[in-house]
Amino acid sequence: MNDTAATTLDPARPDPGLFVREAPGGHARLDLVVQDMHCAGCLRKVERGLHELPGVEYARANLSTKRVAVRWDPEKLKAGAIVARLAEVGFAAVPFDSRLASALDDNEMKSLLRAMGVAGFAAANVMLVSVSVWSGLVTDMDETTRAFFHWVSALIALPAVAYAGQPFFRSALKALKSRTMNMDVPIALAVILATAMSLVQTIVNARHVYFDASVTLLFFLLIGRYLDMQARARACSAAQNLLGLRATAATVIGPDGMQRSVAVENVEPGMRLAIAAGARIPADGEILTGISDVDTSLVTGESLPEPVKPGSAVYAGTLNIGAPLTMRVTKRDDDSLLAEIVRLMESAEQGRARYVRIADRAARFYSPAVHVMAFSTMILWFWLGAHWETALTHAIAVLIITCPCALGLAVPVVQVVATGRLIGQGVFVKSADALERLAQADTIVFDKTGTLTLGRPQLVNGAEIAPGDFAHAVALARLSRHPLARALAEADTAIATPKATDAAEVPGMGLEARFESGTVRLGNADFAGVRDRADKTQHAGPELWLRRASGETICLRFADTLRPDARETIEALRQRGFAVELLSGDREPAVRAAAEALGIAEWRAAARPAEKIARLEELAREGRKVLMVGDGLNDAPALRAAHVSISPADAADVSQTAADFIFQGARLAPLVETVDVAMKSRRLVFQNFGLALAYNAVAVPLAVAGFVTPLIAAIAMSSSSITVIANAMRLSRRNAAAANR
Amino acid sequence: MNILVFLIPAALLLGLLGLGAFLWSLKSGQYDDLEGAAERILFDDEDDRPDEGRPDDGGPDDDRTAS
Repeated sequence: MNDTAATTLDPARPDPGLFVREAPGGHARLDLVVQDMHCAGCLRKVERGLHELPGVEYARANLSTKRVAVRWDPEKLKAGAIVARLAEVGFAAVPFDSRLASALDDNEMKSLLRAMGVAGFAAANVMLVSVSVWSGLVTDMDETTRAFFHWVSALIALPAVAYAGQPFFRSALKALKSRTMNMDVPIALAVILATAMSLVQTIVNARHVYFDASVTLLFFLLIGRYLDMQARARACSAAQNLLGLRATAATVIGPDGMQRSVAVENVEPGMRLAIAAGARIPADGEILTGISDVDTSLVTGESLPEPVKPGSAVYAGTLNIGAPLTMRVTKRDDDSLLAEIVRLMESAEQGRARYVRIADRAARFYSPAVHVMAFSTMILWFWLGAHWETALTHAIAVLIITCPCALGLAVPVVQVVATGRLIGQGVFVKSADALERLAQADTIVFDKTGTLTLGRPQLVNGAEIAPGDFAHAVALARLSRHPLARALAEADTAIATPKATDAAEVPGMGLEARFESGTVRLGNADFAGVRDRADKTQHAGPELWLRRASGETICLRFADTLRPDARETIEALRQRGFAVELLSGDREPAVRAAAEALGIAEWRAAARPAEKIARLEELAREGRKVLMVGDGLNDAPALRAAHVSISPADAADVSQTAADFIFQGARLAPLVETVDVAMKSRRLVFQNFGLALAYNAVAVPLAVAGFVTPLIAAIAMSSSSITVIANAMRLSRRNAAAANR
Repeated sequence: MNILVFLIPAALLLGLLGLGAFLWSLKSGQYDDLEGAAERILFDDEDDRPDEGRPDDGGPDDDRTAS
């Protein structure tokens, strides 16, 4: 099943063979992520293309999640051929580890939908009967008919409440068991009490029952809960698709010299691994053979590759960009540097777990108040000499009318609208309370490499170099995969270059080739034989040296360029009252240059992951709420430790897991947009709470006084919920806000 | 008023039919890919049934809902 042909095709991509699962009937099954599938045409091309392969029995694309499920006969076809076929019809496909997809979430969504369907059915039918009773109460309905109608309501409502109320009952029970309060406690209590009381009323043939109130309440609350969950599931599946892009396979050289592909989890110390040029190093270890450059930016944040030779230590997650290497694994997967970073992350995580969501904080004050009010209503009526039934009925009326139906919707609806709007801007919201936390932030800490900058060096002094020298340099650079060489080659792709012969790359040093004029070298200062470098190395960034055939040397300077809108973004954030700081693991000159270019006064260079966390804790002690923006693996613990965090979509997968938001694209502007949406969401949530409370202020006295009939309760409840939803929808009107800018 | 004895059960029956249809459509995966379903109606030849090839779906809990 292991498809080595596919591995050698593109070493940076995971081997699809590892993700193949068995399907019934001896078939193989593979899930793929096809990110650029957008319309009916793409959908059809993908499915058609796969169906044309021999042995493919079933291929189905899902446009919402951008995934494709394929089932085929493993005898006739290899997994690599499926990916290759998709590439042929124009789509880049990445195998998707279906263990990542939480089947649980999916089932939970479905059971919520089922509960919603049942509650909706019950609400509609009970209301139908109730309206007849209400109109009957003021006309000539006789008692038998009313009793009959009440029994019909009971018959519908009892099983419906028992089924559709489960999500709330379970959550309330869980909260009570851990001796806390959440929104679900008063909801569950009100629904159960109202239903039980109505049943009693029906049996004794009283005039009012509350079945309609309890099922409608459930219906509205389930809508809120479903919307909340759907928004999160959407962002989650987008994040999972991104996770699929990581390298999860290692090439092991067996004792017999044969190479085979193995999942990273199964790599053991002592194994010999082959690392192709351009592949990620899957484990911590020591180089056995080969000389190359390793890009460690993921681990250290350092943007320049580090030369390695036999005996050098390499770390999991770094990228081999020079020549092929073989290495010996020295550490297990779970005590690698990577694992240590994950542990740092987990300990940072505990610091943040104390955050309580706004809705639950509201519940803490709200629900005791509601219960006390309902209880005192009952005592009051009892004391006034009412029958116990009347007293209890009025108490339940208070519970229902104050029931946090609108409160329950206040947060989720805003979140759904906000998440939807951010997805449109290429920002995924990963955790449910992220927007709330972001709205509190007052300080922003940036990482440099890959966050403020693009993480790619670019030639800065091209204009000072004579065209002839430049042509020679580009000719040499085109032969190498080193990032500086690639940056040089990309500086002018159209240039005509002289013909080079006998080109040789010395890994870790540079390139040499013979031209008409003689031998020219391009590489580091030692390789070019630079003598007078002392007065030329004021430049902060990396540099390459060109040695002409005559022996003269020319310096080519590079710098990691800032994201195109970094300056404006930081200015926009300052205007919103944020303090901005730069905290980088990169060397001091590079960080200083970036800080000066952006006008950031507060910066720190060469910060290790633990030091970054220390700085964040220091800020937290000062009472600041920090928004951390970072991308490297070395930032992951800091992203977790910060109050709230954002990561670019091309960040290390660990960082993406740690961050609360992920943004796509080369621009930083989504950051400002996210902050704005968070602020606006917070305002809307508070407005919604205000609306819900205002409605209570009117309704509660009426209920305490005993004026509330089921009709009034139902109308009041629905209208407050609809007001809250309508208010939240204002967030989706983006154009008005953009025009004001 | 006797007509109610027929009308109410009839209304309930129709409502239950609707509920049943909803639960069936949910179980058969018609809400799994709403965007894809919206585009698929434009195809002439292909089948428009939802994804049924997922072995981890349709667990034992699906049968309980029929009641």
